[in-house]
Amino acid sequence: MNSQIPLEHGMALAAVLLLLGLVGVLVRRDAVFILLSLEIMLNAAGLAFIAAGARWAQADGQVMFLFILAVAAAEVSIGLALVLWLYHWHKTVDIDRARSLRG
Amino acid sequence: MVTLPFYIASAVAIAATFMVITRLNAVHALLYLVVSLLAVALIFLLLGAPFAAALEVVIYAGAIMVLFVFVVMMLSMGPHGASEKWEKPGISAWIGPGILFAVLLAELLYVFGRTPYVPVHVAEVTPRQVGARLLGPYLLGVELVSMLLLVGLTGAFHLAYHLGKRETQKGAGGSR
Repeated sequence: MNSQIPLEHGMALAAVLLLLGLVGVLVRRDAVFILLSLEIMLNAAGLAFIAAGARWAQADGQVMFLFILAVAAAEVSIGLALVLWLYHWHKTVDIDRARSLRG
Repeated sequence: MVTLPFYIASAVAIAATFMVITRLNAVHALLYLVVSLLAVALIFLLLGAPFAAALEVVIYAGAIMVLFVFVVMMLSMGPHGASEKWEKPGISAWIGPGILFAVLLAELLYVFGRTPYVPVHVAEVTPRQVGARLLGPYLLGVELVSMLLLVGLTGAFHLAYHLGKRETQKGAGGSR
């Protein structure tokens, strides 16, 4: 499968996706949406690694993508458990309501 | 001619991601995110990374999204999600980061604009190469990731265990 995709275009796509995720983190106050936006940002970082790996035809990009995948899985499991705790304490997932430690 | 599908998939990914961060209903956002992840998986395939594309579908669009769906179902947030209000950020809070970010973006565009586009031949990197690389020079990284996953598992179990104990106590107390 050969193609003529410039590295810059793959990187630009990764940058746009990362920016969309960042805007999501900044704009939304719902903890579930913030975790979703973090997933988008991690995925965009993985896309950047894959694009760079494809440019030089090396396997390292995909190895880094595997690591990012593992980090995303660990992050989302802990994050969703914390969201459940937040809902248990405050009966909402609005993170502006969780201003203090120890509930 | 594999370039056209790349740009179509890129447009789909960007549009779907934009829909994710603007939806009020969490389930709609999840569906759009699955579309976005599938588009990114297609891009991985076009970039000559079939192994990463398969993992994107199986783990991201499969396992992680199922986790999100379960949590959204457990929260029972109603048809419009938990937060119907949008954060109205004061413009003053955005000025400082905005200026710094604009500087970095200008630098990025400058660098991209100066270097001429090199049309490269994208060669496929097979799973065999990835595996050899992963279990060769990156073996320490694999061990670190296994530690990370173990810590994640333990932490999630700890949080869920105490949450479950509290909920059962509360449920038992309420029924009496």
